Amino acid sequence: MSSLTIRNLRKSFGAVEVLKGINIEAQAGEFIALVGPSGCGKSTLLAMIAGLETVSEGEIRIGDRLVNSVAPKDRDIAMVFQSYALYPTMTVRENITFGMESRGVPKPQRDEAVKRVSALLQIEPLLGRKPGQLSGGQRQRVAMGRALVRDPKLFLFDEPLSNLDAKLRVDMRTEIKKLHHRVGKTTVYVTHDQVEAMTLASRIAVMHQGQVQQFDEPQTVYDRPANMFVAGFMGSPAMNFIPAEVGTDTDGKPAVSIKTAGASTTMLALHEGVSGISTRNVILGVRPEHIFRYSPELKAAKPSIAKVDAPVEMVEPTGAETIGFMRFGDLEVVGRFDPDEAPRMGETITLGIDMSHACLFDPITKKLL
Amino acid sequence: MSSIDTDVGRRTGQANPGPSWRERLTKALPIFVLVPSLAASFVYIFVFTSWTLYISLSNSSLLPSYGFVGLDNYASLWSNRRWNIAYSNLFFFSAFYIVGAMAIGLALAILIDQRVRGEAMWRTIFLYPLAVSFIVTGTVWSWLYNPVDGIQMLVRSLGWTNFNFALASDRNTAIYAIIITGIWQSSGFAMALFLAGLRSVDQDLIKAAQIDGASTFRTYRKVILPVIAPIFLAVAVIQIQFAIKTFDLVAALTRGGPGISTTFPAIYVYDLMFQRGQIGEGAAAAMMMLAALAVVLVPYSFYVVWRHRKESRHG
Repeated sequence: MSSLTIRNLRKSFGAVEVLKGINIEAQAGEFIALVGPSGCGKSTLLAMIAGLETVSEGEIRIGDRLVNSVAPKDRDIAMVFQSYALYPTMTVRENITFGMESRGVPKPQRDEAVKRVSALLQIEPLLGRKPGQLSGGQRQRVAMGRALVRDPKLFLFDEPLSNLDAKLRVDMRTEIKKLHHRVGKTTVYVTHDQVEAMTLASRIAVMHQGQVQQFDEPQTVYDRPANMFVAGFMGSPAMNFIPAEVGTDTDGKPAVSIKTAGASTTMLALHEGVSGISTRNVILGVRPEHIFRYSPELKAAKPSIAKVDAPVEMVEPTGAETIGFMRFGDLEVVGRFDPDEAPRMGETITLGIDMSHACLFDPITKKLL
Repeated sequence: MSSIDTDVGRRTGQANPGPSWRERLTKALPIFVLVPSLAASFVYIFVFTSWTLYISLSNSSLLPSYGFVGLDNYASLWSNRRWNIAYSNLFFFSAFYIVGAMAIGLALAILIDQRVRGEAMWRTIFLYPLAVSFIVTGTVWSWLYNPVDGIQMLVRSLGWTNFNFALASDRNTAIYAIIITGIWQSSGFAMALFLAGLRSVDQDLIKAAQIDGASTFRTYRKVILPVIAPIFLAVAVIQIQFAIKTFDLVAALTRGGPGISTTFPAIYVYDLMFQRGQIGEGAAAAMMMLAALAVVLVPYSFYVVWRHRKESRHG
């Protein structure tokens, strides 16, 4: 087990700079998720950690060892590819032992390792088959077996679940988490699926345009996103961004005013912790689950709830919850409702907004205030 | 399954008055389009092959005649030394030509696959001989092999006055001259197919092998080449039918000589049919060429069908 340190890492393809100074530090045994939209550089970063791409500038250390110019095979890493990259002409057993064979591990040891890994992943009955005869989920297991068998310092996963169907993906996600728990290896996991990142990682690096936007624990990334990009990327449906003006409400407490139905504005008292905001214009960020049907009992239980009236434009029931789209001035605001108290289309609903979870962003720098 | 299908068809058939003429036309269109080429293939392949087969069993000489003589033509053919040399030449040439062209083609493809600079240029250079017809290749190489004004003369004029290079003029080595020329002509073609195969290999496989610690040689031998194995077979089959119908290359390069040392079946057939007026024996020789081709192609087509079935079974 060892740590991974990435310092001021840059990568250019010709004149295009894909990675612009990445700093990530993973402690030994940590599970780091690199998450971001396609083209953000996360896969390039992973390939550089693996040694499949050269480093333009900066340094990568595995443990204390600088690996910038070390060949992939000497980095002591294992990687699971999005396409699984199983050798199609070899059986599952040969796939798993290929790496050990290349390194000259004697046969009894290889057999021992195959036995251990296939028991761990429950792939013993598949050992004699070829990848073409396996289902997607089985291939996924074999790919993980090939990575696990070598007992490497570092595990790299490149979007390993994106080729599976929805249900299998959830199952495998749980299994990867259990596996990491059992094996306890330092892991870097690339995904574009923020749910995967949230569920698996001990820390998440959200990437965008070749930069790490935020590197923190999942709940922090979710609750206190560093900027509007992170806020919008993490969470589905995405966070609502409502332009607002800072002022004081009738009690003289700090508040923001937002445009609501028609031309009217509504003052929303800010959470007590928020103070010292110098700018007048801000962006109010509210997650859909913090918007619900208002009731006096809720307000009594949680004083931080603010009250807003808005017309309901559209309703999407999903079963477990109902997504409602409300009109706030020229904006459409999304809320997640309990199906029992779901809004009806055309209704003007009185909404409660839990301001204790609201975020304020600077409209120019897009950063969290 | 099929019984359900017909059931459904019957039921809908009762509901509707039947397909409109437009639907019928749409259904029949593929048949209309295919019939001319199918008919032509049938006539040119099956009818003429059967006719040749019959002629080979007849007493035809200058003109076809239909007196049945059994296997007489075959017997006379196989008792002829020149035909025996031609037939064994065919196998000797085919083996070296196919293996050589594939080996050199594969080597070139692997070299170009290393992302060399000016790849398109190299590809064009190596593929270019294929654009030249065999007759031109044969003529040019016959000049090169010619001791008086070819390579031997060039090297001698540079000072090595004892240099000997008369590959094509020696009855024992002339066949190698043809093999070398054939390889020169078609290794570029093999290279193009191999290169396309190499490029179609999933890059992740190569990366996985890299991480697994396999050397470049081991990656090619164990991972890449097994993946493109079907291409080896395709290249071999295409080269075999080139080899079996070899005619113009030899005609231009050595004219079957020196003596009869480089006679090939196609040349022999041509001689019998159009020079010596022995159509019956010529047809027998042609049937033997067909047999040589069938020995290779029939197992191949069985293999293709078998693999297709196997793949569709595993989905």
